[in-house]
Amino acid sequence: MSLPSPWRADFPAFAAFTASAQTYLDSAATAQKPQAVLDALLGYYLEGAANVHRAQHAPGERATLAFEGTRRKVAQWLNADSPEEIVFTRGSTEGLNLLAYGLEHLFVEGDEIAVSALEHHANLLPWQQLARRRNLKLVVLPLDAAGDIDLEQADALIGPRTRLLAVSQLSNVLGRWQPLAPLLALARAQDALTVVDGAQGVVHGRHDLQALGCDFYVFSGHKLYAPDGCGVLYGRRRALAQLRHWQFGGEMVQYVDYHEARFRPPPLGFEAGTPAIAATVGLGAALDYLGAQDEQAIVAHEAALHQRLLAGLARFDGLHLLSESHTAMASFVVEGVHNADLSHLLSEQGIAVRAGQHCAMPLLRRLGMPGAIRVSLGLYNDGDDLERFFAAFHHALELLR
Amino acid sequence: MNLTPAAQAALDAFAHTPGWEQRARLLMQWGERLEPLSEEERCEANRVHGCESTVWLVPGHIGGALHFRAGSDARLLRGLLALLLLRVNGLTADELSEVDVADWFAQLGLARQLSSSRSNGLNAVLQRIRALATEASL
Ligand SMILES: Cc1ncc(COP(=O)(O)O)c(C=O)c1O
Repeated sequence: MSLPSPWRADFPAFAAFTASAQTYLDSAATAQKPQAVLDALLGYYLEGAANVHRAQHAPGERATLAFEGTRRKVAQWLNADSPEEIVFTRGSTEGLNLLAYGLEHLFVEGDEIAVSALEHHANLLPWQQLARRRNLKLVVLPLDAAGDIDLEQADALIGPRTRLLAVSQLSNVLGRWQPLAPLLALARAQDALTVVDGAQGVVHGRHDLQALGCDFYVFSGHKLYAPDGCGVLYGRRRALAQLRHWQFGGEMVQYVDYHEARFRPPPLGFEAGTPAIAATVGLGAALDYLGAQDEQAIVAHEAALHQRLLAGLARFDGLHLLSESHTAMASFVVEGVHNADLSHLLSEQGIAVRAGQHCAMPLLRRLGMPGAIRVSLGLYNDGDDLERFFAAFHHALELLR
Repeated sequence: MNLTPAAQAALDAFAHTPGWEQRARLLMQWGERLEPLSEEERCEANRVHGCESTVWLVPGHIGGALHFRAGSDARLLRGLLALLLLRVNGLTADELSEVDVADWFAQLGLARQLSSSRSNGLNAVLQRIRALATEASL
């Protein structure tokens, strides 16, 4: 059974990968782009670039319309209450830094910020550094044996001093959906703000943020089949209103004099300077493309690939999965074999997977592992990609053992 | 370019090995030839950071010539380290500053291993070697 992907032909990179004998299994790092996104990028430049929100001229108006069109599409995609709840950023990392600076004024010494033990550095370091600036306590929520945030311990650790909870929706290492609903409820019961890192989660399935009920949600365009350089910070209106401005410059102001200024409300007040216009237009095209596909078919295809990946890995002796992943990826180590040696020999054979610590050093240290290999999937991967990976993996182990 | 006999032997071996598989086997064999490090030498102070694997680099001299030793927990990287040290050891610090290490790895057919996109850390090791050699000669 070959398990073809009906979407693969929409992504021109795979023709290039075929020509250069590369097998791309690193979509959790960044995803390939469909032709529709490439067309949107090229179209924006071919029709004439112009800055947004500034000029009265026709090119400026067209650029602004396309740019604001993406804001509407993102709002719909996430089921936000309004496009005004969508702030454009350069990516998840910038969104989380924006929050850590913009909310800083709400914290007083001794307040607590809760993160989980599985966070990507992007959702750990901004809070760690905020805690250090303001003498706050960073509380790390432990994981249970399966690799999920332990709810019992979270219940004990999220308390009256907790002012903010920041957690991932889907772990980029363990591939497990985190129990967001009960976690967010624990935080809400303490009147703490809630931040969800959706960098991985947003790529798999559609999520209704009003139903989820978080205050903030961030993601990056580039993992969602859109260009790099643009991302999204969603904030509920009430939550956004609590942010202080953090970057200053053009377009985020209402009134400026030499010694004072008044700033715009969100979202524009948090988009200082010229944004990544083409990339943002490309994000709109990516959402249009995804929205036009059969969502159930994508979910089913990704689930079938994931099952086949797990079944294939199970045949290798001495292989240990870091977790039973729910979707789209598998991270593992092989007994007696260094992950750097494996990744070296896989890349010699044209297999693009990720090895190392996956920007989650504390998690890997806690698991007692110097590093791991991660195979991750996109909607365009097919059964042949997995077969080539298994063959190369087998071959690499033969050489190393 | 004056190569030591050992370096010349490595060049002969690698230059005549076309396939990636054979080269990987050779790399592992050459890695076995690294002078072993003692337990004390595998310490934090000797760690080279910027590598996904653990790498130790121990500086030293024999007469006026550089004599580095290195180790790693990854086998292929041990081979790459051995090949790097073959080209570096026995030189003076001045001579080292003249050596084109990228060219050395290119001759071995391993050019990609030294590229900055590689997270194997060979580049970080080379930079550390250059820094330590300059420090010692000041
Ligand atoms: C869970 C998670 N959070 C945050 C990020 C950071 O995303 P970016 O580098 O696009 O800002 C990533 C990307 O690897 C991620 O996987």
